[in-house]
Amino acid sequence: MIEARDMTKRYGDLTAIERVTFTVAKGEVLAFLGPNGAGKTTTMRILTCFMPATEGTALVAGFDCFEQPVEVKRRIGYLPETPPVYQELTVTEYLTFVGRIKGMGTAALRAGLDRVVERLSLGDVRHRLIANLSRGYRQRVGLAQALLHDPPVLILDEPTVGLDPKQIIEIRELIKSLAGSHTVILSTHILPEATAVCQRVVIINAGRIVAEDQPDRLSARLRRSEKLSITVKAPPADLAGRLRALPGVLAVFEPTDGGAFLLECALGRDLRDDIARFIVTNGWGLLELKTVSITLEDVFLHLTQHEAGMETGSGTTETQEPTL
Amino acid sequence: MTPVGAIVAKELRSYFVSPIVYVVGSVFLLIFGVLSYAYVVLAGSQAVRMMQLQGTAAQLNLNDLVFRPTFGSMAIVLLLALPLLTMRLFAEERKLRTFELLMTSPIGINEIVFGKFLGAYVIFLGLLGLTGLVPLVLSMYSSFDWNPILTGYLGLALLGALFVAAGVLASALTENQIVAAFLSFGLLLLVWLLGGLGAILGDTPLGNIFAYLSFFEHFDRLVRGLIDTKDLVYFLCGLVLLLFLAHRVVEAQRWK
Repeated sequence: MIEARDMTKRYGDLTAIERVTFTVAKGEVLAFLGPNGAGKTTTMRILTCFMPATEGTALVAGFDCFEQPVEVKRRIGYLPETPPVYQELTVTEYLTFVGRIKGMGTAALRAGLDRVVERLSLGDVRHRLIANLSRGYRQRVGLAQALLHDPPVLILDEPTVGLDPKQIIEIRELIKSLAGSHTVILSTHILPEATAVCQRVVIINAGRIVAEDQPDRLSARLRRSEKLSITVKAPPADLAGRLRALPGVLAVFEPTDGGAFLLECALGRDLRDDIARFIVTNGWGLLELKTVSITLEDVFLHLTQHEAGMETGSGTTETQEPTL
Repeated sequence: MTPVGAIVAKELRSYFVSPIVYVVGSVFLLIFGVLSYAYVVLAGSQAVRMMQLQGTAAQLNLNDLVFRPTFGSMAIVLLLALPLLTMRLFAEERKLRTFELLMTSPIGINEIVFGKFLGAYVIFLGLLGLTGLVPLVLSMYSSFDWNPILTGYLGLALLGALFVAAGVLASALTENQIVAAFLSFGLLLLVWLLGGLGAILGDTPLGNIFAYLSFFEHFDRLVRGLIDTKDLVYFLCGLVLLLFLAHRVVEAQRWK
């Protein structure tokens, strides 16, 4: 449904994105993940025909963004970074205006209006001036604008910014419900959002795609060893040394403040059984034993910070996962 | 409703909730009223003087004594007022980021430019229409020839179209409204002054070109009651050129 091939965008000397290539299948929800200034908005602006790429091509629903922009624009609902609302209009007036410039007929417009007002729970503010609405409502009006003409492709630039936690969940549910019938690209720098909503994640940093996969597979790919966390009731002083002597254990990190020991084991080996038996037979009292999985946060930090030439892992992840 | 119609309707709605249109409109109307009143008083004192000198009340020509100078002065008022009406058209959209909505909608840039021009122009025509009260009231107390007044209004309408188009162009060039207003003001004043330059150079090729480029001569002929195709062509060409340039400016910004 969406195909970007070697897209490059330069603003004078500054290269915003370089050779960005990806495809999105029909009905798929894809997240663009990356720190601020990574090129997410630039990529979206090219796909929505707001501006052309310096090099490369972008196809949406089979139409070239450069050659047939009107056909592309007809099929896209776009929520820019800042919701493009006119403060001096009421919500209904604004959405009516949007419907008309999208070329909707009167009947389609009325139906679309009722649908988006209901889906985004804007009923209470229908006749209020947008200037008097809170940030969360404005964001929802912006989303309503993108969904109004029920386009097959949705491009949402940070759709949950400015919403309260309850609204964030509602919007995520909304986006999930669009999957299958609609093709969605959304950008975010909130990682749980990408995991919660999307089938595929593209991590973009400094204008380049650094990783692209399903959220769980991304973390699996970066895992170089299995990690276990163990809490023991009465550990002997040399527990770390004894654990290290067990077959399959690569490294042991002692707890810093009486917490859990962290074990690194060879990839593909599950040592939980052996270790549990080892501790229990010695009577030290096993309180907790669990595998530590790499979160998308770690993957993200690893990929984006590695690019910047920094040490992998931030201060907090370093104590837990020294060899991420 | 067509997309252009939607843009015009939205612009009108935006104008009527902003204070600018009320302030500019009332000052514009006030000045028109004060000017025409002053010229009527002047004409009256001239009539009194003529009666004292000749002993008879000659038929005063209100067209020459009131309307021509009023229309002439209104051109200067338009030069100052219209940039304030047009400055927000594109500059505000860019500042508030609503421009992205327009540019990612399935409408052409020409529709956007024309819709915005039309929105501001309709406001101007409405204000101009309100000034029609002055000749209407005067016609109740005196008689004069309506035809030069109608051509005078045609002249003001055409001049206004040119000024609004220049304002659209200036507004497309920047996202700062003050800069947009000053830019269109400067541009219009410059074109106006070309006429003065032409007069200084006299009947030389360059002088003639400058005199033709300035709108002063073309406008003045219409105010005097003369409809000449070449003046209409001048205004039409100017209008198309300015709107075309605005289109190019908007288009060019996508490439930055």
